[in-house]
Amino acid sequence: MTRYAYLVAFVTILNKEVTRFMRIWLQTILPPAITMTLYFVIFGHLIGPRIGEMGGFRYIQYIAPGLIMMSVITSAYANVVSSFFGAKFQKHIEEMLVAPIPNWVILSGYVCGGVARGVIVGIVVTLVALFFTDLHMHSFWITAAVVLLTSILFSLGGLINGIFARSFDDITIIPTFVLTPLTYLGGVFYSIDLLPEFWQRVSLANPILYMVNAFRYGILGVSDIDAGAALLVLAVISAALYGVCLTLLNRGVGVRT
Amino acid sequence: MHALEIRQLTKVYKNGAVALKSIDLTVDEGAFFALLGPNGAGKSTTIGIISSLVNKTGGTVRIFGVDMDTHLEEAKSSIGLVPQEINFSQFETVLDIVVNQAGYYGVRRPLALARAEKYLGRLGLWERRNHRSRTLSGGMKRRLMIARAMLHEPRLLILDEPTAGVDIELRRSLWDFLRETNAAGTTIILTTHYLEEAESLCRNIAIIDKGEIIENTTMKHLLAQLNVETFILDLRRPLAAMPDLDCFALRRIDETTLSVDISKDRSVNELFAQLSARGIEVASMRNKANRLEEVFMRLLAENSPPETGAPGAPPP
Repeated sequence: MTRYAYLVAFVTILNKEVTRFMRIWLQTILPPAITMTLYFVIFGHLIGPRIGEMGGFRYIQYIAPGLIMMSVITSAYANVVSSFFGAKFQKHIEEMLVAPIPNWVILSGYVCGGVARGVIVGIVVTLVALFFTDLHMHSFWITAAVVLLTSILFSLGGLINGIFARSFDDITIIPTFVLTPLTYLGGVFYSIDLLPEFWQRVSLANPILYMVNAFRYGILGVSDIDAGAALLVLAVISAALYGVCLTLLNRGVGVRT
Repeated sequence: MHALEIRQLTKVYKNGAVALKSIDLTVDEGAFFALLGPNGAGKSTTIGIISSLVNKTGGTVRIFGVDMDTHLEEAKSSIGLVPQEINFSQFETVLDIVVNQAGYYGVRRPLALARAEKYLGRLGLWERRNHRSRTLSGGMKRRLMIARAMLHEPRLLILDEPTAGVDIELRRSLWDFLRETNAAGTTIILTTHYLEEAESLCRNIAIIDKGEIIENTTMKHLLAQLNVETFILDLRRPLAAMPDLDCFALRRIDETTLSVDISKDRSVNELFAQLSARGIEVASMRNKANRLEEVFMRLLAENSPPETGAPGAPPP
């Protein structure tokens, strides 16, 4: 196949992915918007004023970047894991496997589909946040880079989960028992300065801490972590996961007999 | 040129089951080829390896001379696969399914749409193009899988039991489509459990059993191995007594129905002459069974070891 043919195949996979999650927007786009509205009402308006300022900002402003990032993470991950496992379950993954598409094109198509959903949900949730508080952009490029890298990283994570999953239970275990705890402990609702020194060090092992803080820096200009270091960590983890995904697909793990 | 050339193909599954025992198989370009065998013989494993859905343990596969080990993408671009099981998204429309499949082969969307109209139209699905695939009947789903496999216009079309569960009228319309496709130059490999289908469509045949190719020849040559054919005779009037014929073994099925074995060195004329001489009038006559089925069953029986406990069989 020519490079142009690869491009056609990539656009086909991406288009299929975007069409899929837009077709079921009631399940994919709307729920994060509703959840975030509840977070802003409860933690921002009801509890926030009693907490006071954090990092020099009102509490609702402080948690807004973390909540947006939480939606991006869960959406990117959920998109790829559910789509890839669904394709395995219904066997239409075979449509791609029999075609002369290199695995890196399949991988790129799924990851970009996850990024697309992550970014769209991120924009929707940001619009919701603007109803409740003012957000200014401290650095557009850092904000965009963090959203992009985070979406890529969790899309790759979702794909690995989808590759190994053998039942629908398997695609909910990681989000429930790994992603959600790491997100809540990743500094969405608090600064790690509030933690004892030991737990501050433990928190540094949580990759979501880097995403949330780098994104918060891009929006508010404050962070517990150096934004450059956070971006580097995200890029290194994403590159490693990309290598893992490609190796698994090349070996046919979970998809070929 | 060979459309397919398999050498010493072996597949051993992780549980130790040997699905293919170093098989050799060649299919000429332009052939309409039947790959037959009982359930679990290794047909689907062979097709899975050719279409790269199953990893082989050993051996080589060449598609139009292209080695799948070294030029996988080039080899795959020549193949269209109609699998045994329904394997498209139940939530996508008919048109999306076929156009997306073309996209995976690098076919641009305008061309894919034109081909979709051609093949969905030919297979009677164009009117249903905007329907979700889950709303289609079983026969329509089968036709959709064939249309999908044609969108990149493959040189080699592989059909794994394409008419399973399809009514006879639709089956015959699919046969017409496959004959046209083959006549247009596409090499076709067909697996089916309907031996009448293989006999009607295919010029070449291989029979696989227990992971081994036990026969690989032309259909004509295979059927020529049949030395005796059994016919059913429907009589005009009930028989008073069984006639005794020279060289023909008659069996009574009921009062007005007989079966008779006719060997190759005898003619039907001889049979009718003897029956007429005894005042027996035959109203109609038909084959007892499909000819290919008889050869197929004989070959499988020859390939089976004697049953344990049978006379002459070695002790277990």
